[in-house]
Amino acid sequence: MSTQHSRAAARLLVAPSVVLLFLWMIVPLAMTVWFSFLRFNLLMPGTREWIGFLNYEFFLTDPAFFAAVANTLAIVLGVLAITIVGGILFALLLDQPFFGQGAVRLLMIAPFFVMPTVSALVWKNMFMNPVNGLFAWLQKSVGMAPHDWLATTPLLAVIVIVAWQWLPFSTLILLTALQSLDEEQREAAELDGAGALARFRYIVLPHLSRAITVVILIQTIFLLSVFAEILVTTNGGPGTDSTNLAYLVYAQALLQFDVGGASAGGIVAVVLANIVAFFLMRMIGRTLEG
Amino acid sequence: MGSIVLEKVEKTFGEVTVIPPIDLEIGDGEFTVFVGPSGCGKSTLLRLIAGLEDVSAGRVLIDGRDATDLAPAKRGLSMVFQSYALYPHMSVRANIAFPLKMAGMTAHEIDAKVTAAAATLNLTDYLDRKPKQLSGGQRQRVAIGRAIVRQPSAFLFDEPLSNLDAALRVQMRLEISELHHQLGTTMIYVTHDQVEAMTMADKIVVLNKGRIAQVGSPLDLYRRPDNLFVAGFIGSPKMNFVTGPVAAAHGAHTIGVRPEHLAISADGGDWPGTVGVAERLGSDTFLHVDAGDLGTLTVRAGGDVGFRHGDRVGLTPDPAAIHRFDDKGMAIR
Repeated sequence: MSTQHSRAAARLLVAPSVVLLFLWMIVPLAMTVWFSFLRFNLLMPGTREWIGFLNYEFFLTDPAFFAAVANTLAIVLGVLAITIVGGILFALLLDQPFFGQGAVRLLMIAPFFVMPTVSALVWKNMFMNPVNGLFAWLQKSVGMAPHDWLATTPLLAVIVIVAWQWLPFSTLILLTALQSLDEEQREAAELDGAGALARFRYIVLPHLSRAITVVILIQTIFLLSVFAEILVTTNGGPGTDSTNLAYLVYAQALLQFDVGGASAGGIVAVVLANIVAFFLMRMIGRTLEG
Repeated sequence: MGSIVLEKVEKTFGEVTVIPPIDLEIGDGEFTVFVGPSGCGKSTLLRLIAGLEDVSAGRVLIDGRDATDLAPAKRGLSMVFQSYALYPHMSVRANIAFPLKMAGMTAHEIDAKVTAAAATLNLTDYLDRKPKQLSGGQRQRVAIGRAIVRQPSAFLFDEPLSNLDAALRVQMRLEISELHHQLGTTMIYVTHDQVEAMTMADKIVVLNKGRIAQVGSPLDLYRRPDNLFVAGFIGSPKMNFVTGPVAAAHGAHTIGVRPEHLAISADGGDWPGTVGVAERLGSDTFLHVDAGDLGTLTVRAGGDVGFRHGDRVGLTPDPAAIHRFDDKGMAIR
C-alpha cells in the first residue's frame, strides 16, 4: 500500500539518481547543440563566434555526408540481411540433434565475445590481407589473382566483419524462438501434408517473425553507430568509400579539428537515428501485436 | 475403406520397450477407444498408427495396404491433438484450409469445402478470427474441422477433450459421437477417462503398460472383465475387491463386486459394516462402508437412502454378479 507519505519519500529517494541521469544525458546534448552553432576549431584557439546554421549548411552539403548516409544504410541493411538469413539457417542446423551439440553451440556464440577492434584486426590481417591473408592464399592456390578486400571493396569488407560479429546474436535469439515452437504444430502440419519447405514457410517462419523483429530492432541500434571496425581496418577510405555517419563525425572533430562542424553532424545523426527509430517502432508495434 | 490392422507392432526406445508386440484389428467405420492410465503407451500406439513415430518391428496395414514406412501425410489419416495444434498466426479459415492448400486444390474447391466443414461444426461466424480469440470448445471444433475437410480414411484423436471443462467435455463428447454417425468414418480415440471410453466407443482397447489388457465392446468389458486390471479400470465408482477367506469361499483368490451389485440393509446381510462418508449425487448415493477385515467397500444406493455416517449396516452381494479372479489376477469363468 502506498500512502501519500511513502510516495513522497519514494520520490525524494529516487530523485538523486534521476537528476544525475538527466544531467548525464542533457548536458552533453545541450553542449553539442551549443557547439554546433559556433565557429569552433581546435586549430584556431580562442575564436568561438556565433555563426548560426553555417555548420549545418556545410555538413549537409558536403558530398561526404551523402556518401556517409548511403554507407550507413548499406552497413545496417547488409549486416541485417546476412545475420537474419544466416541466423535462421544456423538456428535450423543447431536445432537438429547431433553429437557434440553443446560444444558447437558454445563455439557458435564465441565471436560475440571478441572485442570489435580485435576481430576487425584479425579479419584485416589474417583473412583479407592481399599478401598474407587466408582468402588471398585460397585464391592463389586455384590460380586466381588475390582480391584486395580493403582497397577495392572496403564497404563489403566492413559489412562482412560486422556481420560475423553479430551472427551469433541473431542465431542465439532465433534458436531459442525455434525451440519454443510447439512440437504438435509441426506434427499437425506434417499430417496435413506439408513438406519440409512448406512447414518452414507456413509454420516456422511466422513463428519466428517476432524474434526476427527483435533482432532487427536491437541490431539496428548498434549497427547505426559502427565505428571501431572502420577505424582499425579502412579508416573510412579509400576516399569516403567506407565512411559512415559515426566515422564522418569522428573525422570532422578529431582529424579536421572542427568541433563545431562535428557537433552539427552529431545532431544530424541523432535526428536521422530518430527517424529510423520511428519507422522501426511502428513496424515492431504491428508485429508484436499480431 | 478405413480398416487398420496392427501386426506384431513393437516400439522400443533404446533398451526400453514401450510397446511389446501388439496385434489389433480395427474395422471400417468403427469407433475404437484406446484407454488406460497415464504412461500405458496409448498415445504412442496412436502416433505409431499416424506415422509420427517409427515402428521398431511389425507392420501397420491401412486399408489392407502396408503403411509401415509411409510418411504420415501419405497414410490418409488425420489427427486431432490434445493441444489442438492450431496454427496461431492463421485465421480459422486458413487453418481449416491448410491441408487442402497443401494438397494443391484450387481456391474455389477449398472455399466450398471449408464453408461446408464450418457449417457442420457451427463455425461459420468465426471463420475470420484467429485461434486465440476463440474459446476452448471452439478451438476444439476448428481442430476437428481441419481434420474432416480432407475426408481421411480414419480420424485419430489424442485426448482431445482433456483441456476442456467438465460441462463442455460432455457436450463435445456428444458432438464427436454425432459426427461419427454422420460421417461413418473409422475413428480411433485415445483417452484416460473411462467414462469417455464407455460412452463413445464401439470397441474399447484397454492398455496396461503397453500391453492390451482386453478388447471388447463397452458392455462386454463391464460385464465380463478378463482380469483385475480391466475390472478395476472400467466402471465408476471402482469395483470392490475382496481377498482372503471370503474370496476362498467362492473358490477364488480375489472376488470383485461392483458398487451397484451390493444391497445395503439396516440389519442382516452377509457382510456387516459401518457407514463412513456418504456422497449424495441426488440420483444416487455412494456410501463408503467400513466392513472390518474386508476393507472399505463402496455401495451405490438410491438417492433417498437414509443411512448416515456411523450407522451399522449389512451388505449383501448379488451372487450372480460376483467376479472371481485367480492368484494371477485372471478371471475364473
